[in-house]
Amino acid sequence: MASIGIRDVSKIYNGGVTAVSSVNIDIADGEFIVLVGPSGCGKSTLLRMVAGLETISEGQVTIGGRTVNDVDPADRDIAMVFQNYALYPHMTVYENLAYGLKNRGTPRSEIDARVAEAARMLELQPYLERKPRALSGGQRQRVAMGRAIVRKPSAFLFDEPLSNLDAKLRVSMRGEIKRLQRRVGTTSIYVTHDQLEAMTLADRLVVLSGGRIEQIGRPLDVYHRPATTFVASFIGSPAMNLVSGELHGSKLALGPALIDLGATVPTQGAVTVGLRAEDLRLHEGAGGSLPFRIDYVEELGSQRLVHGMVGDQAMVAALSSEIPLPEPASLSIAPSRLHFFDTASGQRIDWSGEAAGQGALAAVPEAVA
Amino acid sequence: MKRVQFSSPFLPYLFIAPQMAIIFVFFYWPSVQAIQSSFFLEDPFGFGSTFVGLSNYADALGSAQYQAIARFTVVFTALVTFLSLGIGMLLAVKADAVLKGSSTYKTLLIWVYAIAPPVAGLMGMMFFDQHIGPLVKFAALFGWDMKVGLNYYDTAFAMIAVSVWKQIPYNFIFILSGLQSIPVSVREAAAIDCRSGVRRFWTMTLPLLAPTAFFLLIINMTYALFDTFGVIDVMVKDKAANNPITLVYKVYMDGFRGNDLGGSSAQSVILMIVVFVLTIFQFRFIERRVHYN
Repeated sequence: MASIGIRDVSKIYNGGVTAVSSVNIDIADGEFIVLVGPSGCGKSTLLRMVAGLETISEGQVTIGGRTVNDVDPADRDIAMVFQNYALYPHMTVYENLAYGLKNRGTPRSEIDARVAEAARMLELQPYLERKPRALSGGQRQRVAMGRAIVRKPSAFLFDEPLSNLDAKLRVSMRGEIKRLQRRVGTTSIYVTHDQLEAMTLADRLVVLSGGRIEQIGRPLDVYHRPATTFVASFIGSPAMNLVSGELHGSKLALGPALIDLGATVPTQGAVTVGLRAEDLRLHEGAGGSLPFRIDYVEELGSQRLVHGMVGDQAMVAALSSEIPLPEPASLSIAPSRLHFFDTASGQRIDWSGEAAGQGALAAVPEAVA
Repeated sequence: MKRVQFSSPFLPYLFIAPQMAIIFVFFYWPSVQAIQSSFFLEDPFGFGSTFVGLSNYADALGSAQYQAIARFTVVFTALVTFLSLGIGMLLAVKADAVLKGSSTYKTLLIWVYAIAPPVAGLMGMMFFDQHIGPLVKFAALFGWDMKVGLNYYDTAFAMIAVSVWKQIPYNFIFILSGLQSIPVSVREAAAIDCRSGVRRFWTMTLPLLAPTAFFLLIINMTYALFDTFGVIDVMVKDKAANNPITLVYKVYMDGFRGNDLGGSSAQSVILMIVVFVLTIFQFRFIERRVHYN
């Protein structure tokens, strides 16, 4: 167990390409941090720098207070779980689990005890004498996790460990990882491009884009208060609707509609407006409504995603499947649920009208997870 | 297994006929001829032959000279196989550590293989030439008066050196591609699990390389036993005298220089049996330990 410090860390490749630039993250002991972002955002590179598999171009990585920039991967006291499991194909499951301990001179009896414990936790006992090729994908993934657990390292590093599994197995393994991490309490860094995985696993999320941190925060905070348009469009499914609007005093012009905000936003004129699909409601009656031209509908069972246009801007609304869609339809949204972003920089603009609803929302006990 | 349906039961035999014809003409028929003539004492000028039973074999196996050549062949084969595999592996492991998937370097290194083996052999032998050979001159600096073709041990040294030298690129390419086929993430996982590079090599790299190494072991032994004929021939220049030669060269000397076709046939049958036994041994006892993915 240890805290991990990532200070001003950059990765610049020989050709001058910057994969990660000046990243700062402080990870507390026992915390589960998820690095999330689209492919090429530098999240794996960052993880690999912590692991010691990539050199650190600039900055400093500390594990348990010790600077590890020049420490060999084997001496960093970390364990890593790889996307394609990276099991040793010529060794049995037992040998796979024991390999790291054996090389560290752990006594035989201790190895046996730890392997037995890990095998019990991961329900691998029946497979200890098998070679990896005789195992299914989920079993291989559990062996890869077991290999990390037996070492009892200061930190677990997960590099997209679930992306090779099918959808159903991914959900159950996700739960298993969460449960295991809670149980052993080891500091973890988890890399994924899947925002749902990120939301459900993380104590804190780190959203990366183009080698830079867009936002760090608890999953629900990131969801409800995305710091940039990038985070807004990346976290949450369906993605937040981002449309352009115009602020005039306490009124917002959104396409053909004019919405009274009841409070002022500390900016005027053109602005990017964010609307979560599930905050949109079918509007009955008059006033503050957005005329909605329905394009097509995706039925999800529990709800339906209605794609259409407000003015000349595309919008998705998550609506109940029980209420029939009127024609023509119009949508409404509580002004407190509106997000504003600077059109040029994409940065969030906080305003007084939104604050009210947030406390209540954040208190919902991980309903999304 | 996929079963293929043929319209006529003879069709499959027709398809393998060309292959079988080649094997028959170039392997079975000469083998049968060799076995047959090994029981006869052939007149060198073709005026008939006398059945002598196993005495050709008895002569060969009982001769002190044959035994000495057999001993040299064993030493020669063992050294050439070990050294060419060992050096090839060392170079491949070192190259692999630098390459990390850079295909330009890999291509440059593999170009060596494009040099025709006889050219490589000839170049190797020029290094040991009595008059212009740089290695002979180099040895002279240390007071070693190297006389390749005259001194038994000097000749043996040159033979082994050139044979090994010729085989290294071949081994290098196979081992390098074997190394590059080990998944990067497996190596990285091993790097986290084991600090010592040497230990990682023995416990991770080598076992994963075993299929390649096993294949190369067979190829290299066959090479040392048979394909080094050309090297030896250029080195001893057809006049073996008391220079070291291998069993294959002895077969050629007795048959085509000594005109003892019966004795030569008996020796080649002995070689055939040796290869047969070696092959069975390798597949039964070594391949079992090899892990295929």
